[in-house]
Amino acid sequence: MRLYAAVAAGGFRRYATYRVATAAGVFTNTVFGFILAYTYIALWDERPRLGGYDMPEALAYVWIGQALLATCGLMGGGFEDELMERIKTGDIAVDLYRPADLQMWWLSVALGRSAFQALGRGVVPMVVGALAFDIALPERPVTWLAFLVSVALGVVVSFAVWFLVALSAFWLMDGAGAVQLAWLSGLFFSGTLLPLTVFPGALGEVARVLPWSSLLQIPADVFLEKRTGWGLLGAYAFQAGWALVLLAAGRAVQRVATRRVVVQGG
Amino acid sequence: MGEGLRAYGLIAAMWVRSTMTYRFSFAMTLLSNFSATAFDFVVILLMFGQVEGLGGFSFAEVAFLYGTAGTAFGLADLALGQVGRLGKRVRDGTLDTLLVRPVPVLAQVAADRFALRRLGRVTQGLVVLVWSLFLIDVAWTPARVVLVPVMVLGGGLIFSAVMVAGAAFQFFAQDAAEVTNSFTYGGNTLLQYPPSIFAADMVRGVVYVVPLAFVNWVPALYVLGRDTPAGLPGWAAFASPAVAVVCCAAAGLAWRVGVRSYRSTGS
Repeated sequence: MRLYAAVAAGGFRRYATYRVATAAGVFTNTVFGFILAYTYIALWDERPRLGGYDMPEALAYVWIGQALLATCGLMGGGFEDELMERIKTGDIAVDLYRPADLQMWWLSVALGRSAFQALGRGVVPMVVGALAFDIALPERPVTWLAFLVSVALGVVVSFAVWFLVALSAFWLMDGAGAVQLAWLSGLFFSGTLLPLTVFPGALGEVARVLPWSSLLQIPADVFLEKRTGWGLLGAYAFQAGWALVLLAAGRAVQRVATRRVVVQGG
Repeated sequence: MGEGLRAYGLIAAMWVRSTMTYRFSFAMTLLSNFSATAFDFVVILLMFGQVEGLGGFSFAEVAFLYGTAGTAFGLADLALGQVGRLGKRVRDGTLDTLLVRPVPVLAQVAADRFALRRLGRVTQGLVVLVWSLFLIDVAWTPARVVLVPVMVLGGGLIFSAVMVAGAAFQFFAQDAAEVTNSFTYGGNTLLQYPPSIFAADMVRGVVYVVPLAFVNWVPALYVLGRDTPAGLPGWAAFASPAVAVVCCAAAGLAWRVGVRSYRSTGS
């Protein structure tokens, strides 16, 4: 356990080193936040209460999305390129020699990274959004805590998905296509482009039970106090359920992959 | 110039051959490149499933804005999208290799790992553009007909200039590649929606500061028979090519300054 805590701390420190990249990311998230906010204003002007949100809630949704973009790996987990490169080059053999579990190792890295991204890239866009627009904020202080728990669960689900994607490199060698497909589904079904509650009919119902809804839609609903009491527990159970299923799947794939591994390179 | 283009063509062709080695992966990336941008449009479709108009613009008009911006950006992205990787080369010192070759650095950087999959984005933009041409209700005049291809090509040049200027900035701030994204990807998203929904200061910013409005807003509003944004005169609709030339000159200058001030990491 101490080992994995050290790895997580290393992940945090590593991303904390990239100060210029963090500042650039904050700038980009903020610009996109402004653009999206105005499109949402136009939409909610025409259809107040669309998807069960009023205007301040819809605007809060935009900025939560920008704040969680890096934290919950909505556009990529941030580690899969590196892991796939290691599989492709054969460096993965060194990782498998280590007295640590591959999946736990990378999960620790991902948790450390996300913790930094939440602080480094999440806080500023959220504050700017709250100052520039009239956004809905939690009425009860405890909601902030509930929100953070939901985000943490979202981070684990996100990791589990990206870990599976990365392991595909054992079979595909060049995993760029798999990454792109995962990126695409994540972007659409997490609700980054449009809240899942706005998706019509069957599409909306399917999107809301897929794992990606754990990354943004559920944390946002917790933040907006749409999920309280038993509803909140239900939300946590949904997220934790997907996390367990996907982590177990990752573990199974890892076992098959390492049993048949033929190390690349000479 | 000619020499640079020839080198660009050769390097790009080499990367295309290399990409074709992993055919399945290429097919998947091409498909997902197409669908990735298509999802942007699905969002607009979903929005119009709920409303009749956005900011006083009909679905056909928004589709026209989407198609013109998307195609212009797709062309720039295909030709020059790879310059965004420059920061990595500056950081690990591999830019030195490019500097000693007798070929313009910009041509090498732009063709480096040339990504043919980006054709997916161009195709998707073109499909929407052509579709929207059937949908919009416009009294076509020769000027309006000519403006459509002119804005797509001029817009592609403006986006290219932004990409090169962004790459030049990476000589000074290697890790700041993402800043360019807010003007390229962000600009593309912005231009897909009508200017009437954005704050006046934002519209003025993309007209007078970073002239992205000339990619499609200014000429497209003329085609659609609407008023020009941010108090521009009517003839501004035809100014896109001139704006594109000025932008390219400025980006070329920025690139030169960047290359001159480059210092190798020495490792």
